[in-house]
Amino acid sequence: MRRMKVEQAAQVIDRPVYKAALIDFLYQLADDELFLGHRDSEWLGLAPDIEEDVAFSSIAQDEVGHATLFYHLLSELGEGKADDLAYSRPAAVRRNARLVERANGDWAYTIVRHLVYDIFEDVRLEALASSSYAPLAHGAVKIRREERYHLLHMETWFTRLGQAGGEAKARVERAVAAVWDDLGDLFSLGVHEAHIVAEGILPVARDELVQRWEARMKPLFEAAQLAWPGAPHPAKEDGRLGQHSADLDALLETMGEVYRIDPHARW
Amino acid sequence: MDERICETLETALWEALQEVKDPEIPTVSVVELGMVHRVAAEGGRVTVEMLPTFVGCPALDILRRDVTARLAQVDGVEEVEVRFVLNPPWTSDRITPEGRRKLAEFGLAPPPASDGMAIAPECPYCGARDTAIENLFGPTACRAIFYCKACRQPFEGMKPV
Repeated sequence: MRRMKVEQAAQVIDRPVYKAALIDFLYQLADDELFLGHRDSEWLGLAPDIEEDVAFSSIAQDEVGHATLFYHLLSELGEGKADDLAYSRPAAVRRNARLVERANGDWAYTIVRHLVYDIFEDVRLEALASSSYAPLAHGAVKIRREERYHLLHMETWFTRLGQAGGEAKARVERAVAAVWDDLGDLFSLGVHEAHIVAEGILPVARDELVQRWEARMKPLFEAAQLAWPGAPHPAKEDGRLGQHSADLDALLETMGEVYRIDPHARW
Repeated sequence: MDERICETLETALWEALQEVKDPEIPTVSVVELGMVHRVAAEGGRVTVEMLPTFVGCPALDILRRDVTARLAQVDGVEEVEVRFVLNPPWTSDRITPEGRRKLAEFGLAPPPASDGMAIAPECPYCGARDTAIENLFGPTACRAIFYCKACRQPFEGMKPV
């Protein structure tokens, strides 16, 4: 297996296989973070209390900031301007998991979806710290230090809602069922999977990621006094291949509304 | 340029950077916050490598503008380039002792060590250690809200990162 360290974008010009895999994977990372960040921002003014308005706005800012970093890495690889990559790409070329594009639903769904994603992200970032693409490895190390706070927040909410019993627990159980239906493509790596792993861009195979994620999730279900719903099912539809739900069309419509008025404006 | 002049210029650049404050914490300089990784001068061309406190910090563009404007006033500087880099990652352990003192003075508790378990810092008002997390998220990405059980005051602090 060839795992040459790549220090900067210019070094992948004559490595078309590596470059194509890297670009597809960076779109997965960027689109995941952008859409979850956008969903987080939709809670502003609507969250259960003012602390959560603050928390979700801050988390949204972090996630969109991480997306910006990944879009910049794509810019360096010749993909165009970060703003255009974020706002003007249609649903069919988006590479995010379907889970992050779903509408917010109730608070229980918001918490369960975020927790499931945050643990997945932590496992993915941990692996990316030794990515063969150095700019990505450096970003992963930095981002992971920030994500610690999202994890702490979601773990606290998840276990409290579960332990509370009654309506809170019933809603969490419904949310878990809905989230589990969307889990398959979270772990998908898209069409370039073989190269993404073999080239060490993400130096951990999909099955290993799933196992690490399960090992982290199970104790949380136990703490929340909830039944473990089992391993994720393989995806029927795969967001990493551009197969998205109507929720994403609606999200893109809203998110790009101001941008489309004047795409050349400087904000 | 001989070596001595070079050294003088670099000293002047660091001194000038000491006057550039974080737009969100206007009493603490970017040097005291540990945000300046490297300053290099080649002839009149100056390159500054800076470390963002948080990847999504919205103050980065303002910082770039302020650093560029301030360094352009230094004698012998013709061109300034500010680059944000992530290697090494900024951590809250980079804040200097002087920076920590000024944070507390501003009413922001300086963060505990980033490799420890503790998130809640000492109370910046009474110095008590018996403090609790009120909200992990505050008015900016790098701050959180705490409560002092001794003097019964809520207070803001910087997150250990």
